[in-house]
Amino acid sequence: MKDQSLTRAKNPLVRFAISNAVPILFIILLIFAVPLSGFSTDYLLNEIITRLGRNSFLVISLLIPVMAGMGLNFGIVLGAMAGQIGLIFMLDWGVVGIPGIVLAMLVGTPIAILLGLLAGTILNRAKGREMVTSMILGFFINGIYQFTILYGMGSVIPISSNKLLLPRGYGVRNALDLLSVRKVLDNMWSVEISGVSIPLGVFSIIAALCIFVFWFTRTKLGQDMRAVGQDMQVAATAGINVDRTRTLSIIISTVLACFGQIIFLQNIGTINTYNSHDQVGTFAIAALLIGGASVAKATIPNVFIGITLFHLTFIVAPRAGKELLGQAQIGEYFRVFVSYGIIAISLALYAWRRQVEKETERRRAKAAIKAAIEDGTGG
Amino acid sequence: MDEKQYLLRMENISKDFFGNQVLKDVTIRVGKGEIIGLVGENGAGKSTLMNILFGLSVIHETGGFQGRIFLEDNEVNFASPFEAIEAGIGMVHQEFILIPGFTATENILLNRESTNYNILVEVFGERLRTLDREEMHKRAVKAIEKLGVQLDPDMLVSEMPVGHRQFTEIAREMDRQSTKLLVLDEPTAVLTESEANTMLKAARKLADSGLSIIFITHRLSEVLEIADRLVVLRDGQVVRELESSKTTPREVASLMVGREIKDAISVRSNDSEESEIVLDIKDLWVDMPGEQVNGVNLQVHKGEILGIGGLAGQGKLGIANGVMGLFPAEGEVHYKGEILPLNNPVSVLSKGIAFVSEDRRGVGLLLDEPIDLNIVFTAIQIQGRFIKNFLGGLVKWRDEKEISRVAREYVDSLQIKCVSEKQEAKELSGGNQQKVCLAKAFVLEPDLLFVSEPTRGIDVGAKSVVLETLRRQNREHGTTIIMTSSELEELRSICDRIAIVNEGKIFGILPPTADPADFGLLMLGEQEEVKSGV
Amino acid sequence: MFESIGKLIEKAGWPRIIIALFLLSLFAIAPFVNISIGTSISDTIVRFAMNSVLVLSLVPMVQSGCGLNFGMQLGVIAGLIGAVTSIELGVTGFAGFLTAIGIAIPFAAILGFFYGLLLNRVKGDEMVVATYVGFSSVAFMSMMWLLLPYKSPNMIWGYGGSGLRTTISVEGYWLGVLNNFLSVRIGNFFLPTGTILFFALIALLVWSFFKTKLGTAMTAAGSNPVYAKAAGVNVDRMRILSVVISTIIAAVGILVYEQSFGFIQLYMAPLLMAFPAVAALLLGGASVSKASMGNVIIGAFLFQGILTMTPSVMNNLIKSDMSEVIRIIVSNGMIVYALTRKMKVRK
Repeated sequence: MKDQSLTRAKNPLVRFAISNAVPILFIILLIFAVPLSGFSTDYLLNEIITRLGRNSFLVISLLIPVMAGMGLNFGIVLGAMAGQIGLIFMLDWGVVGIPGIVLAMLVGTPIAILLGLLAGTILNRAKGREMVTSMILGFFINGIYQFTILYGMGSVIPISSNKLLLPRGYGVRNALDLLSVRKVLDNMWSVEISGVSIPLGVFSIIAALCIFVFWFTRTKLGQDMRAVGQDMQVAATAGINVDRTRTLSIIISTVLACFGQIIFLQNIGTINTYNSHDQVGTFAIAALLIGGASVAKATIPNVFIGITLFHLTFIVAPRAGKELLGQAQIGEYFRVFVSYGIIAISLALYAWRRQVEKETERRRAKAAIKAAIEDGTGG
Repeated sequence: MDEKQYLLRMENISKDFFGNQVLKDVTIRVGKGEIIGLVGENGAGKSTLMNILFGLSVIHETGGFQGRIFLEDNEVNFASPFEAIEAGIGMVHQEFILIPGFTATENILLNRESTNYNILVEVFGERLRTLDREEMHKRAVKAIEKLGVQLDPDMLVSEMPVGHRQFTEIAREMDRQSTKLLVLDEPTAVLTESEANTMLKAARKLADSGLSIIFITHRLSEVLEIADRLVVLRDGQVVRELESSKTTPREVASLMVGREIKDAISVRSNDSEESEIVLDIKDLWVDMPGEQVNGVNLQVHKGEILGIGGLAGQGKLGIANGVMGLFPAEGEVHYKGEILPLNNPVSVLSKGIAFVSEDRRGVGLLLDEPIDLNIVFTAIQIQGRFIKNFLGGLVKWRDEKEISRVAREYVDSLQIKCVSEKQEAKELSGGNQQKVCLAKAFVLEPDLLFVSEPTRGIDVGAKSVVLETLRRQNREHGTTIIMTSSELEELRSICDRIAIVNEGKIFGILPPTADPADFGLLMLGEQEEVKSGV
Repeated sequence: MFESIGKLIEKAGWPRIIIALFLLSLFAIAPFVNISIGTSISDTIVRFAMNSVLVLSLVPMVQSGCGLNFGMQLGVIAGLIGAVTSIELGVTGFAGFLTAIGIAIPFAAILGFFYGLLLNRVKGDEMVVATYVGFSSVAFMSMMWLLLPYKSPNMIWGYGGSGLRTTISVEGYWLGVLNNFLSVRIGNFFLPTGTILFFALIALLVWSFFKTKLGTAMTAAGSNPVYAKAAGVNVDRMRILSVVISTIIAAVGILVYEQSFGFIQLYMAPLLMAFPAVAALLLGGASVSKASMGNVIIGAFLFQGILTMTPSVMNNLIKSDMSEVIRIIVSNGMIVYALTRKMKVRK
């Protein structure tokens, strides 16, 4: 899974710069923006640590579908919705603290598996345009989710606690307080080092997940996914069940996203029932891409570099905008622009490069044949 | 050889596809440790025979086959290639079935990796076993050693020279302990000479260690060098089995193509020889995948029908596609004394050159559009015909009435079977689609017409209409025709001269009356053996 | 008999039949829940007319093989620039509307040209790239709306004095210039004749374009690029041209929408604009690679019918507004369905 066309430059420094152009660009941007914003280092460090803990799990959930050649899984919003449903039931049943989180995950997992299965099946029918399909599928399932939560809960699906329901008696309220589980994972094992608090509990969960992903790539299933990701035809000829393997990668991704959203929300402390999941896919993908990943290759370092750079941009952009142009609103739009723009550029570059690569491959093959023939006639 | 010693016996195999007989009573026996060369023209039935052996779904879906197959005296009938592989038959394909981003080791052991147990297997199943890289490396090295070639097990396939990719494929079959029979389909087609030599040596080594090999190739010298016996297939029948030490290239070639021509060869006065040269191709290179043209020189006389023959993949199709600008081309082409710009379809078309592509559905037709638009589209675009002015020339629309009229004319004259000229092209049969493609070319009133594989995949009736139509176009309109075809017989029945392409070059031009063996030798690249003047 | 029904269903596709039946049942229920059919139909027609040009704008790109234009926001942005500029200039009435169009078209043409160049470089991935090009252009313009030096007090924020408002009324400028032209009003029934005529005019132009040599070439380029190339058509140029045309029509389309809606919505409002239009076209029976005027008209009508009827009927039926949820499910469900339909086998 090498980005071949880029690694061909002679000078190793140039090569490094080209293949990491996106993160480098963001570092340069931040070098100017951070001082402009006037935030203190402590503040920024605290924020970054918090956001790493909050977002890593979600971003990591993108890795496995990339490995299986299905591109960036915009469908992780499905997992996020499953996680939110888990949390709603947890609130209703009044389970608090760590057991509450575990319960939410237990409720969310089967829903995530089902949604992942659905997404996988649909994406197998849309080979070659997985990304746009997974994105629209996210919107579609969002409709079903809203329908269920807004009309089904409290009427068909029993919700006992009136505090959760809208005054009309059914449908879940717009915002739910997660006081009962707020930051339970963060506070589970938290250490403070010179004013910066580090949620070691969450970090050890994330570390465990990283080890899992790393280990997973070395399993038979992981190997199969890599094979399917590179060439479905060859994998099928070797007897690998391509569709099943692809579906599994989406299911794993969806379940991880479900856990990720629960971790995210316990840190935030409230659920916007109808909006919290909206931007999960976009932000996670933008972060991963800013970390230097591409549609065909994403690694664990990409995740952490990406979250750091992306969220640093997020934090400082409004203030920098205000200082520079007198309007904080500009910074707000700027960061939205950055998220969407980086995805657009990455996708376009990837598609473009694929075309160029096909062309160079052909030209090289032709040159080789020509040379061989000339050798033959010469000798 | 005693009956008992045969590893594989395919006996009295017959197969038809919807009434079209492709194999008739074919019997092949392969001894243990023996290399059998399987030779024949395209369409002689080689691939169908192998598909039957491997139990490909295309065979089962078309009604199976007659005859029996014995592997080590047990009758077998594989439901799928996986069963065939299980039973010990390995296949190495012409196009590499490898994963480019994987190492040689990973490819050799694809889906057969060595794994270790871990506790998660209990919950999630076998696929979560971890890979045993060390063991995999050992197995790969062992498989490569069997071949006796130099191959780095840790090298990525994408970074390998072509020859090494081929070795990787063979090593994959070698890793399977059960492999007893190896089918090599054109294994040297894409290799350089030294790579091919190593490849042949490896094959010999494997045979000496007891493996049986079926070797399919068009390189006659290779097959004579390596095979113990040759089986020549022609028109779905075994014409002869030969001891390779006791035959000559000429004998093989004549067996391969030799047959009497049923249609009368078009007898022509020789004046086309003296007539002016209308198309002069000099050192043409065409970058068409699978049909590479490597420096073709060819002169076409006014008013003749020139045939271009040769085996598939040798580049005969590339010539027309290159001149027409459909694939990147280099070289010099003069048409009627003027330079013809390459890689520019518009200028070629507007000079009155038309093309009927071999890829009917892909290039020849707009499948979702009606017949009439298919026929006139090029004429609209290139010649600005079938356009009607409205509002004093302000609005220029397609002249639907005229388009329909012309389309109906061709429907009648070419006997295109359709509901009406408004029927969508995809609903027509292959033969009728081909006629639409011809009509599309004729409506341009071309001086020079390239026709590629005009009868491929169409029924006998349509075939003769197509050939008759071409002949008529040539006689009545004086259209110079360059017809490319895999069917030598067809070329000989209609052409004035026939050029044979091999490895991307013209190996010779023969009159249709030449000895069939000479055509065969040219196709197989044995230029030196040809007797008739080239 | 059953066979022919089966064929019909297969041809129309399940989702469209379900939605058509759903719409029919809404109309059937309407009188029982005290909703006037006249008003309903009138509302549907008004919304159909205001959205129709946007739906139409998708057709050239589908026909040329660029797929569904999820990047329609580029055209919308050009239209918005035209709209705010014409208000800034203070031109009112029909002249104001024409001014807006006149300003929007060159912007749309330029944006469309570069957008087309980009799409030619990403063949096969047009739709996902287009989506994010659309999204990011909306975010980019959001910054621009804050920064551009528009001065008209009707448009800028009251306080601070700079930056355009999120919603700008076109009342007093060109509100309803098309809707009210030759309009018919009988009781509750209102027919926006002008808008319908305007749509008909543009539809006629597009339809007529596809009858010309150039239009025929564009269709061929989308239907089978290799065929087109073999016939001497420059496929890439056809694609760019189609993108330019689509973008220009989208720019005009949003202006038609605004004169009927009454407001110019800036900032993130156009973000998801492409999806309902795409869904409507698909609902009309178009596929990812083929669309006709009939698809536009049927699709826009069905889709707007659902959007109009659901809230009123559902409100009266279960005292709750389900229209938003229904809109999300119908539009995105339709698109997912279209994306997963097997592509024609073409080699």
